[in-house]
Amino acid sequence: MADLLETDQPLLIADSLSKSYGRIAACRDVSFSLYPGEVLAIVGESGSGKSTLLQLLSGQLAASGGHVSYRMRDGVTRDLASLGEAERRLLFRTDWGFVHQDPAQGLRMAVSAGANVGERLMAVGWNHYGRIRESASDWLTRVEIDVARIDDAPRTYSGGMRQRLQIARNLVTGPRLVFMDEPTGGLDVSVQARLLDLLRNLVAELHLAVVIVTHDLAVARLLSHRVMVMKGGRVIETGLTDQVLDDPREPYTQLLVSSILPP
Amino acid sequence: MTAMIDIADANKTFTMHLQGGIELPVVRGVTFQVQPGECVVLSGPSGAGKSSILKMIFGNYRCDSGRIGIRHRGTLIDLATAEPRQVLNIRRSTIGYVSQFLRAVPRVATIDVVAEPLIAGGTARADAQARAGELLHRLNIPERLWRLPPATFSGGEQQRVNIARGFISELPILLLDEPTASLDAANRAIVVELVAEKKRQGVAMVAIVHDDEIRHLIADRIVDVTGFAAAA
Repeated sequence: MADLLETDQPLLIADSLSKSYGRIAACRDVSFSLYPGEVLAIVGESGSGKSTLLQLLSGQLAASGGHVSYRMRDGVTRDLASLGEAERRLLFRTDWGFVHQDPAQGLRMAVSAGANVGERLMAVGWNHYGRIRESASDWLTRVEIDVARIDDAPRTYSGGMRQRLQIARNLVTGPRLVFMDEPTGGLDVSVQARLLDLLRNLVAELHLAVVIVTHDLAVARLLSHRVMVMKGGRVIETGLTDQVLDDPREPYTQLLVSSILPP
Repeated sequence: MTAMIDIADANKTFTMHLQGGIELPVVRGVTFQVQPGECVVLSGPSGAGKSSILKMIFGNYRCDSGRIGIRHRGTLIDLATAEPRQVLNIRRSTIGYVSQFLRAVPRVATIDVVAEPLIAGGTARADAQARAGELLHRLNIPERLWRLPPATFSGGEQQRVNIARGFISELPILLLDEPTASLDAANRAIVVELVAEKKRQGVAMVAIVHDDEIRHLIADRIVDVTGFAAAA
């Protein structure tokens, strides 16, 4: 497996990505490659451009400059801008996941948990009710939700359960790349630890590539291999997560690291 | 013989931007080699830069200049200039690090904390857990604790879990930062035994040990770090 890792091709490539709103640059000249199974954390304070970058990478926002390329399941790397709307939608339903900070944004709150998970399968052509339900129950179990709650709507769920349901909904189609926007942001500390542990195991088991936006350096340390520190729309420091957090070079990164309360 | 670790003229300075850009020289001109089956112990007073050197060899601290040569799958790779992905590959299959303190994920059972490096290296879960159990048993962690997360264990128990985790993989290079600091005599003796076994398997080790007795038992060579003191 390690050999494979050393020789494989990038899954996602950002090349000089920029986005400006009039004269305000939200994101300037960001470039990186993400490989299968690699977790990249984007850290920085609010307004640093990290969420804009996530939207650019996931094709939800058009860039003012630069390109995002993705290696499709057929092995061909394509510029996202060259994909048709249908192709892009298919990518989002199958090979990509997007975990929002607020589960209500990623779930349909009024339909059952089972339907929330099953919906993604139906969107890719599954039509056997029994099999869809079986797969949904399997995923609820994997994210530690009692299968007895499968017919309940997520609005009856706690915050932590909703977030785990959103993760199940995203992973059911076997994506290779998952974007996460502050996935633990709205949760209590005790619930956060459980979710992080779950995410960490799923990411390793499924060999997922992840781009995770977080302002919480502890989350970055626990989940990510690499980190990019953003400030004012620019990447100011990047490297191995433990390197950047234990030996930060830039003044701003030193400030971020020194602002963490000791455990 | 071909060195497993080949460090040449490595330098490290911290620049503290929050303290007005103060430059804190850590080490200068670090140069030494470690052969397979050899245990080199770093000596020098506290603050001389021993832990920093260990962290530089692991790629945890960045190196300002010089070379941190690591033999990885038969090729000497300079960790000071390696890409993050390569550093991760080197950690996965070449260098292990036993830190002073256990940094475990909440909720994970002790047996899984110990087995994890083997599982990450491709060993089947059951086999990895069996091997983890053997090591925990040897290090006198009672079986009733194996299913619990180590967060609530005593300092000495946590350190033994950490040692088990560090010694479980069959990596050709092992870095040991005070592996016996909070252990009693019986457990210190077991660590000495484990180090001897690694030597017989040809593992190259760099260790920091303050206890004189343990140092004499495990060191094949002592490298005095004060020679690399960065003159401020």
